Amino acid sequence: MEADNKQVYGVLAEFRNPKELVDAASSVKKSGYKDFDTYAPFPIHGMEKAMGLKNSPLGWIVLGGALTGMIGALALMIWVMGYEYPMNISGKPFINLPIYVPITFELTVLLSAFAATFGMIALNKLPRFHNPLFNVERFEKASDDGFFVCIEASDDLFSEEKVTKLFQDNGATHIETVYDSE
Amino acid sequence: MSTDYQYVPEPKLVKGDHSFGSITDMIAKTPLSPTPKLWYLAFGLANVLLITLLGAISYLIWDGIGIWGLNNPAGWGWAIINFVWWVGIGHAGTLISAILFLFRQGWRTSINRFAEAMTIFAVMCAGIFPAIHVGRIWVIYWVFPVPNSMGIWPNFSSPLLWDVFAVSTYFTVSLLFWYVGLIPDFATLRDKAKSKVAKISYGIASLGWTGSFRNWWNYEKAYMILAGLATPLVLSVHTIVSFDFAVSMIPGWHSTIFPPYFVAGAIYSGFAMVLTLMLIARKIYGLEDIMNIDIMEKMNLVMMVTGNLVAFAYLMEGFIAWYSGYIYEQGIFWLYVVGPYAWGFWILMFCNVITPQFLWFKKIRRNVALTFVISIIVNIGMWFERFMIAVASLSTDFMPSAWDYYSPTFWDIITYIGTFGLFFTFFLLFLRFLPMVAIAEVKGVMPQADPHNYDEDTQEFDATKTEPVVVQQEQTV
Repeated sequence: MEADNKQVYGVLAEFRNPKELVDAASSVKKSGYKDFDTYAPFPIHGMEKAMGLKNSPLGWIVLGGALTGMIGALALMIWVMGYEYPMNISGKPFINLPIYVPITFELTVLLSAFAATFGMIALNKLPRFHNPLFNVERFEKASDDGFFVCIEASDDLFSEEKVTKLFQDNGATHIETVYDSE
Repeated sequence: MSTDYQYVPEPKLVKGDHSFGSITDMIAKTPLSPTPKLWYLAFGLANVLLITLLGAISYLIWDGIGIWGLNNPAGWGWAIINFVWWVGIGHAGTLISAILFLFRQGWRTSINRFAEAMTIFAVMCAGIFPAIHVGRIWVIYWVFPVPNSMGIWPNFSSPLLWDVFAVSTYFTVSLLFWYVGLIPDFATLRDKAKSKVAKISYGIASLGWTGSFRNWWNYEKAYMILAGLATPLVLSVHTIVSFDFAVSMIPGWHSTIFPPYFVAGAIYSGFAMVLTLMLIARKIYGLEDIMNIDIMEKMNLVMMVTGNLVAFAYLMEGFIAWYSGYIYEQGIFWLYVVGPYAWGFWILMFCNVITPQFLWFKKIRRNVALTFVISIIVNIGMWFERFMIAVASLSTDFMPSAWDYYSPTFWDIITYIGTFGLFFTFFLLFLRFLPMVAIAEVKGVMPQADPHNYDEDTQEFDATKTEPVVVQQEQTV
């Protein structure tokens, strides 16, 4: 591909191990960059502090799912058993809350689990068909044993030379500019 | 007084000298290399059994549940036994992935994927039985609260309906949990795959996962929440299955010990099944470094504890029967021991009370062959436990004039055998095409994964940092 119709997406640097990656992330953060991310085959302990990440809002999404499941299940059962289709079973009351506990619990868990799974996928902006990082052949290692930092061109402070210099000073083993294809 | 103290380091979770790369290669090589001949043979056998199952179910739908050995007092027979047995087996997976995750047991990473797969396929086998037992399977959707032209609704106060919700929720949540765990490993396979088809299929399944820490951050949260949700769920499922029995008034069923006793039994049989499958798979696929003897020993310990809980529950049943002063409860317990199904009771005692006692010995817990034998005996024992509960209690109920002996028919037996076909068909597909160990999670528990285990100056991994600094104590005799 010609360089003309390519746009710079960011600069990607590879580091040797989790320790160097955490240190590099911390120095990228302290240099004032905001649009950056680190890539590793597993979540690294302490990285959230180095990158200055806020707590994930996923818990609130799951709470929404849980409340929907709980209120929905109770409402359905009270309406069906009490009003829509009341059945006299051994003279027990029509609206009999202890009896509703198992199904309420199950539906609460079910909807929470859906919220947790799909909420996580949505927060991560997945599924995604393409990612400019996949243009870099070396990036395949990110799911195996490679540790990467990428500072994106969308950052206000981004400049290729400065970013490359920063990575060099941090001891990156490989630095590469990533292009958006077309 | 001086004591004999010596610091013994925790055994390493992954044996051998492995780097992150060698872990990836060890696990990813199976799905990405050509199919071995032995796999085709096993898959063929499993398919034959699967076809048998489909045939048995077709005949059941054609002719009705009269083809089974059910009779007037014993309205629940093998189908319900098999349902409870398979659901019980399905409890190990979520226990390992959720409860052990919350307790930060690093050893779970070597077997959690495997056990979760087993859970999902076991619950599939379980779900078949109550579904085909309803008789008119074409209206099975009536169990769900679907608005319909007849204006009827399910009875939400029936434990059988709770069971529908419990088992279907359990299946769905286990599947979601399993898939969430698989996403990063699909990305690994996508990046390792050479063939176009494999690259595209694993690529789609991985949803475009990059390993970005911003994604990991949400991912870890999701995984923890799912574990937190699955923990009470796994305990609730067998509790609700036990309600199917305990909420009724049949002597031998109407008992408050059932929920905890069923849950302990489920974990017991589930761990036995995981061990049976794991001991074969680790050998065939050369995963002895990951699914190692230390992990087998820990699983044996869980089996020993739950096995003794179950044994204690049997004792309690006898005690409560006597203590209650209720003659029908006393009668049914006496009939278990010396009645028409006494042979089942004594098989059960041998398998579930005597066998787990061998696990008190460390030598046996660490012996692969003996563990394999024990795991099979436990699974047989747990089947007989459900046999005693379902059949023995029903066939000798209040009135001796109503008693009848239950025996299975040919169709009962081949339907049960057929479910192994369903189970192994899926399990073999899993072994063939999916990573059977959670690659990302195993890497995460390796000492090299923790930045604190690296030297500050050289930035190299420093193995001495993984152990605490200890003072050597003087040895006295």
